[in-house]
Amino acid sequence: MKRYSFLELAKNAFSAHQNWGRQWRNPEPKSEYDVVIVGAGGHGLATAYYLAKEHGVRNIAVVEKGWLGGGNTGRNTTIVRSNYLWEESAGLYNHAIDLWQGLSQELNYNVMYSARGVMMLAHTVHDVQVSQRHIHANRLAGVQNEWLSPEAAKEYCPPLNISKNIRYPVMGAALQRVGGTARHDAVAWGYARGADALGVDILQNCAVTGIRRDQNGAVEGVETAKGFIKAKKVGVVAAGHTSVVMEMAGVRLPLESYPLQALVSEPVKPAFPCVVMSNTIHAYISQSDKGELVIGAGTDQFISYSQTGGIHISNHTIDAICELFPHFRRMRMLRNWGGIVDVTPDRSPILSKTPVPGLYVNCGWGTGGFKATPGSGHVFAHTIAKDEPHPINAAFTIDRFRTGRLIDEAAAAAVAH
Amino acid sequence: MLLVYCPYCKVERAETEFSCRGEAHIARPSDPSQTSDEDWVHYLYMRSNTKGIYAERWRHIHGCGRFFNAVRDTVSDNFLKFYKAGEPMPDLEALAKEAGK
Repeated sequence: MKRYSFLELAKNAFSAHQNWGRQWRNPEPKSEYDVVIVGAGGHGLATAYYLAKEHGVRNIAVVEKGWLGGGNTGRNTTIVRSNYLWEESAGLYNHAIDLWQGLSQELNYNVMYSARGVMMLAHTVHDVQVSQRHIHANRLAGVQNEWLSPEAAKEYCPPLNISKNIRYPVMGAALQRVGGTARHDAVAWGYARGADALGVDILQNCAVTGIRRDQNGAVEGVETAKGFIKAKKVGVVAAGHTSVVMEMAGVRLPLESYPLQALVSEPVKPAFPCVVMSNTIHAYISQSDKGELVIGAGTDQFISYSQTGGIHISNHTIDAICELFPHFRRMRMLRNWGGIVDVTPDRSPILSKTPVPGLYVNCGWGTGGFKATPGSGHVFAHTIAKDEPHPINAAFTIDRFRTGRLIDEAAAAAVAH
Repeated sequence: MLLVYCPYCKVERAETEFSCRGEAHIARPSDPSQTSDEDWVHYLYMRSNTKGIYAERWRHIHGCGRFFNAVRDTVSDNFLKFYKAGEPMPDLEALAKEAGK
């Protein structure tokens, strides 16, 4: 791997930046691997990277139907935060926050993590009480979060409309200063480059069509578009298509896949300093370094694999944005798109062993998986390598739906993860 | 925005008049005291989440208020059939063939 540095930059300037070389190989599949990861999104690539780096597993393939980072990794609104209600969640998402802070240095790749602060608005008395409960729970769990009055919220985010005469006036806000954004594509590319340098084969355009099991029921390998690949262990990290892939091994999961939309405006000069979310009127917004306003809408009400959502869903979000930030009313939207998100009944992810020996699953991130990418990959790699969960993801099993030990972030934050 | 047909009102209306209530034909265990934890998990939480032809429940929440079922292709979002609650699940494969899937 060519290390990126100021010296490299200067050297390459003499050849007009024509000789940088590829960031990762495009290998043909080998007949056998120790671990096969299904899905080359951020979580899958991070899993492969940490398996190779921290657990010494070098014979790994990441199998991807399309191109790497082309699913939800490249479609989300890039928000990073960890202010979830329950202690289990605090552990998992805060682990990710810890890793985000050094990720660019770790990967020698600028993931543009920007701790510009995530502000979550309260619009009703109920919102205020719930937010404050959240803040107290967070602080007890060691998660940064603080309460702002409407005036303090306006000072932190000057475009915010705090007048009392709007339909849902701002009554205060919870601010997590360590939250912010990161460049989602760079996260996938950085992990891909890092994993590739450690010998991981990233096999793109290679859809998995079956999971083969031996007579004892254990995993034997995966059938793919490029033939059978033998594997001792298989980790499925397929987001919206997890149910489809796991069905191949005969495993049913408590998942439903919905389209989730996002949209961006035309690029403008820096006008918006932080991330603002409102669960009550359902909107979230930030400004990318390119200058586009990045806006997240909600999911459709029915399951779908169409990667497009209903226009009334994004309209609803735009209504809320226009009321909260009146000076954006004349902005034009440039693009909108959808991704397919796999949602669990308690809105917490599953990072777990499965009833099938040698088969592991990392899914159920629903509408908010991006923020957890480094932490998710890190603990899932541990789960695969040791055949037992890391203490941080020990509670995120499939079995919790049988025991009743749910991690109910659905009640805690029903929307806008 | 989908167009949904209510088999009770016999009208086609915008999706916003309806509420989608998930997978259809999941029967509640008839004897709760004899039902194992495993079976409760399957009843309460496990879902087919099919990519393709799927039977699901809808409710005409801003109309007659009644539940009914629909068969939809979850890739194209096209509806293939609407039928009243209580009617048996149609042959999904036959419907798929008819629709040329």
